[in-house]
Formats: sequence, C-alpha cells, structure tokens
Amino acid sequence: MSNTVSALNGASASGYVQVHEMGLQGMITLRGDLSAKKLVDAAKTAGGTNVPGRGHIALSGAHGIAWMSPDELLILTPYDEVDARLEGITSKLAGTHHLAVNVSDARAMFAVSGDDALVRETLAKLCPVDMSAAAFAPGQFRRTRMAQVPAAIWLPETGEARVICFRSVAQYVFDLLKGASLAGSEVGYFR
Amino acid sequence: MLILTCPVCGVTAEETEFHGGGEAHLKRFGPGSSEGDFHDYLFSKENPKGVHLERWRHNNGCGKWFHAARDTVTLEVYGTYPAQTSEPPQDIKDAISAKRPGWTWRDFS
Repeated sequence: MSNTVSALNGASASGYVQVHEMGLQGMITLRGDLSAKKLVDAAKTAGGTNVPGRGHIALSGAHGIAWMSPDELLILTPYDEVDARLEGITSKLAGTHHLAVNVSDARAMFAVSGDDALVRETLAKLCPVDMSAAAFAPGQFRRTRMAQVPAAIWLPETGEARVICFRSVAQYVFDLLKGASLAGSEVGYFR
Repeated sequence: MLILTCPVCGVTAEETEFHGGGEAHLKRFGPGSSEGDFHDYLFSKENPKGVHLERWRHNNGCGKWFHAARDTVTLEVYGTYPAQTSEPPQDIKDAISAKRPGWTWRDFS
C-alpha cells in the first residue's frame, strides 16, 4: 500500500506568524443547482453543516462547506472520510444533474496563525483583498489571487487563517507565505 | 486600475483578479452567414474613447462571466451587470447618462 502524503508533507515556517501546511485534507467539489433541495440535503449530510450563503463558509469541527460560486460548493471533511461521503452524495443525487469529485489530492491547504493583525497583514501582502477586520470577518470565504496563482482564503477564528491552493503550486504558495511573514518585515498596517 | 464588482459573487476587487473578455453584446455570425457579416463579427470591434461595454470574467474568483460598463478615458466603472442579457439594463444606462449625457455605443444610448 502506498503511503499517501500531502503536497509538502506538513512543512512549516515561522516568521512573525506561523505558516503550516496542514497535511492531508479531504475535499469534495460539488457542482449543481444550489437551490435544489435534493442537492442541498446531500451537501448538508456530506458536509455536516448547513450550506453557507454567498461568499461564506460554514464550519463544524473537522467538517465544513464553502461557497465557491453560484453552482459550486467545496465540502471539507477528514481525509479518510472522503470516499464514504462522496459515495453518500453520489447515491443521494443519482439521476440528478450534478458533479461530485474527490479533489483532496489536487489541492493543498495552509494554516497561517499568530497575532490577528499580523495574520491579516500576511495575506494582505499577497492578495488584492481588503483584509481589515471590518471588511473580512471569520466566516467569510474569498476566492482570489495570491501573487500569481488562484487561492481561497478564510478565517476560522481570530488569529487563524486558512489558504487553499492547487497542489501543483503548493511550494510556491508556501514560499510566498513564508516570505511575506519573515520576521522583521512587519508593516503593522492592521494594528 | 479598475475596481470591478462581480455581480455573480458580489466581490469587489481590482482588475488583476478578473480577465477582460473583449467587447460585450456581440451577435455571432457563424456558418451560413455572409462573408461580410462574418468579417465584421470577427474584426469590426468598437474601440471608443469614452463609454465602453465589455465582457469580463472573474477568473481568480467564482469563474463566471459578466458585463461591465466603463469609461476608457477616465477608467470610471459605471456598473457591472449579469452576462445573461443582450443589452445593458436600464439602471446601468441611467448611470452612464448621469455622467455622459447623450452617450451612444453601437445601437445603445
């Protein structure tokens, strides 16, 4: 049996915030008509939480659902539960027009943690997003551009951020986060 | 730098999160059309100094297409509206008229 590893196998760096590649994370892309009750029910069961509104993420422990676009959700689960949950969706939505795919190994996920103002600053250095506490609060979910690659960001709680990117650019994103959070490079903009 | 609001996901971001998709409201002339129509469809694009209607895609976000009305001189964005329309909605037209009375763009004014 092969040994599954995440893109950077848990690499971490510490500057003025901690950057940590989170290892194996189960992710399911679910596309379809988000207003259809059948699809919403299947997403709820698989994601263990309610379907979030536009631009938000709903989290419940190790599970969650993120709103990716008007016809796409990203379901977060522990890595070893993905196959069972994917099967659950597929059987519930049999005969309904939808797409459900295990994308766990196609993505990488990072945690950025530390002082809230500095976590926000690290992301603000890399993304064209207003990261002020007034504009971007925990619970919001934002797909954007991180330097030269697409990324999705959210804040599970104060002083914590999550970044999802494609696996192929995981090293690039890790280096970006590491570089942006080098000790001594604090701007203090959100203090 | 343009600041656009994606009408699909509601995100307001600067233009590097989006990608321009050329002129808006083109009518396609494909197989069976006259050579003149096909030529105009491919090559005769508006290149105005002033009000312009464009297609944009939120390619680093929700990935959806939408329309934007903007000014090529002042880079002012009059508004964005959904892709599923063949002409700008009245509120966009009003917003343009408020700033540029008497504007025209192809058949719209």
